[in-house]
Amino acid sequence: MTRPGFVLEVDRSTPPILTWHGEGYRLERLPPGRSRVIYPPEATEALSDPDRAIREALLNPLGDSKPLPELLSAGMRLTIAFDDISLPLPPMRRPDNRQRVIEAVLDLAAGAGVDDVVLICALALHRRMTESELRHAIGDRVYDSFAPSGRLLQHDAEDPDGLVHIGLTDAGEDVEINKRAAESDLIVYVNINLVAMDGGHKSVATGLASYRSLRHHHNVKTMRHSRSFMDPEHSELHSSNWRMGRLLAASGVNIFQIETTLNNDAFPASAAFLQKREWEWSLRDRAGFVASSKALSVMPPRSARSMFQAIKAPHALTSVHAGEVEAVHAATTRVVHRQQLVDVQGQTDIAIFGLPHICPYNVNSIMNPILVMCMGLGYLFNLYRGMPIVRKGGVAILSHPTPWAFHPVHHPSYIDFFEEVLSETTDPAVIEAKYEERFATDDWYRHLYRTSHAYHGVHPFYMWYWGAHALEHLGRVVVVGGDPKAVRRLGFSPATTLADAFEIASDVVGRDATISHFHCPPIMIADVH
Amino acid sequence: MNLRFPFGAPSWPGGVPLPPAERDLGVHYDSDWARSPLARLSRSVIQTSLTNPVVRAITSPTVRGLDRVAHLDEPAIFAANHSSHLDAPLLMAVIPQRWRDDLFVAGAADYFFDTLPKAFISALTLNAVPMERQRVSRTSARRATTLLDDGWSMLIFPEGGRSPDGWGQSHRAGAAWLAIRSNKPVIPLYVEGTGRILPKGARRVRTGKVTVNFGAPLFPPANGDARSFATAIEDSIAALADELVSDWYTSRLRAGASATPSLSGPDAPAWRRSWALTGTKSTGGANSTTKGWPWTAPR
Repeated sequence: MTRPGFVLEVDRSTPPILTWHGEGYRLERLPPGRSRVIYPPEATEALSDPDRAIREALLNPLGDSKPLPELLSAGMRLTIAFDDISLPLPPMRRPDNRQRVIEAVLDLAAGAGVDDVVLICALALHRRMTESELRHAIGDRVYDSFAPSGRLLQHDAEDPDGLVHIGLTDAGEDVEINKRAAESDLIVYVNINLVAMDGGHKSVATGLASYRSLRHHHNVKTMRHSRSFMDPEHSELHSSNWRMGRLLAASGVNIFQIETTLNNDAFPASAAFLQKREWEWSLRDRAGFVASSKALSVMPPRSARSMFQAIKAPHALTSVHAGEVEAVHAATTRVVHRQQLVDVQGQTDIAIFGLPHICPYNVNSIMNPILVMCMGLGYLFNLYRGMPIVRKGGVAILSHPTPWAFHPVHHPSYIDFFEEVLSETTDPAVIEAKYEERFATDDWYRHLYRTSHAYHGVHPFYMWYWGAHALEHLGRVVVVGGDPKAVRRLGFSPATTLADAFEIASDVVGRDATISHFHCPPIMIADVH
Repeated sequence: MNLRFPFGAPSWPGGVPLPPAERDLGVHYDSDWARSPLARLSRSVIQTSLTNPVVRAITSPTVRGLDRVAHLDEPAIFAANHSSHLDAPLLMAVIPQRWRDDLFVAGAADYFFDTLPKAFISALTLNAVPMERQRVSRTSARRATTLLDDGWSMLIFPEGGRSPDGWGQSHRAGAAWLAIRSNKPVIPLYVEGTGRILPKGARRVRTGKVTVNFGAPLFPPANGDARSFATAIEDSIAALADELVSDWYTSRLRAGASATPSLSGPDAPAWRRSWALTGTKSTGGANSTTKGWPWTAPR
């Protein structure tokens, strides 16, 4: 029996609380009597026979979909699309969910004599994956069967010949997706639903879309009206994707959706203390913390980054649903919520977010300052249902080294965004109006996105918009332990220690401010009443 | 040596129930054996031959206000401010003999009773009884009131723990609540100086001078209002502190005007609180006294 999430009221007996700090972590003591710590639920039970569960899901679809074998026939065009490197976090141990599911789908396709099969990695505007990353995601058997013959593709949102404009939604949104997928007799989309935002109509309508289509929901207005984008019922991001998905369905694009969920088992046994409650740390946990902390404190940042990026999570498959998009997504979201929801009573004046080493956009890469903002104010801040854990006008304290460092191959446009745009303004609306189009249509960024391993030129803008709701909601953002110059460039206040951060925050929320410490990862959603 | 987390074991948050396997520790530790004749004899030997002489040598205590309790001849609850591990052994050495022999100490269940060796030593040397810091549970309340009804007196630190920064902390209502429930008087005590000799977190003891000021006994109110009685206890201790830096009459004038300086220091950032404590000290080491203390702003 796994324990549900838990909110600890901090008293004087409460030990210091683990707080992530990029490629490292700290133990921080919180003020008693006015602080609380929000702990995620423990990992739910894994499926005992994942491959059998996948087969059963394909044979017993949800909604009005037929079983997958009935949708497969000789002579048809089949496209299997799958989530990219941004999921799951940290990357999971082999076999990845995508490998298991794609192999099961291909088994059925082979049995039905389907020859025209193409696999497409649904990148949207993310960077292209490397061979080793693809092999890790879909497995060597699949890779070696499709890559050599050019039937393993990575979606290209800038290929004028590889996109097709489906039409406009009722709200006037362009729907333009991958041509091969749109013209297939069937798209099988393979998801890993790490958070409630993933999956549903967003899979195809975003993962296989072009900039022309994405800009209708990846913008400041949509983000400010998604409260939060982790709560599908109150997310304008989802509403837009749902309109697009329904247009796709009405246009005859057939999608067989497969969604998989993972449990909260995010770290290997050697680092089990990272997902345990501090007062339950054993001697081994404490030894692990002390040894790793000391080692990381003397390790060059590059080595620490390599060490953390090498972590492969022992995530286990907890559910798999297949069939019609909306029915599948509703079932999947229930499972995600069962794993991640934590009941939280009321808001506090301050929220502390310790930022881990990884976010969706720096797998095998560097978490640059823009991604720090996105991770803190985009992702962690938005992991709520109902209302944010911090009140309107409150303070968010982020803990991260925030180095002035960028991966030149993965994030070339981020460098210019940081130097050129943020030095002028940090207002998302002004940034969007003044700079977005130039970056989005820049030929050099487009070339790097299409041929190298670079994120699209517009991607840093989206990262900034991701935090637009938080920027509007918060009175101040303080970054503990960050490079002061980089932190100031982001428009935030640097602080050396958490105590300093509280002092800085007191200018906004007073001396006796209430505090929430969001003990994440593992991932959770604060269900704030 | 008591290592700090993560080198030592973590403390257990007050709001989290202990798992069943550990129910014989913490607040569930049974310290009845420590009041057996053999344990009392052992404690008496330890106190008279070891702890009392050592504590007196280190602290050179000056005791004031004993005349205020001279007339009292019944079990009582001694409530004191708390800034050092020296407080309990010091008070056990200076509390008059008629209470000292039948005195137990309310010890933090999560700190003094989290391991068997610590629980054993605490119970034997201090006659400590486990009690929660945040709120008195049914188990603790029953144990304490039974002992009080049996004629034992109690030493309790209503702040719930040692001062983290030298300033006092707000009082919990446990002492007041137990006094009302057992209908015993509360004798307020103010201890000045132990925080300089062995403050929280210090690894070394420095010798110095300590003053213990006994206050007039406070009797439980007829209306049974524990919250207001707790405030009265806290105010009495603050007035005893004020006596030490001014004089009795000035302190009474301030008390009458509700202007007794707060023990909890200025409502200011951490550095100013530290400054207010350390910046006004003379440079005479642990024997020095705070010239500007207490904080002069009224509460």
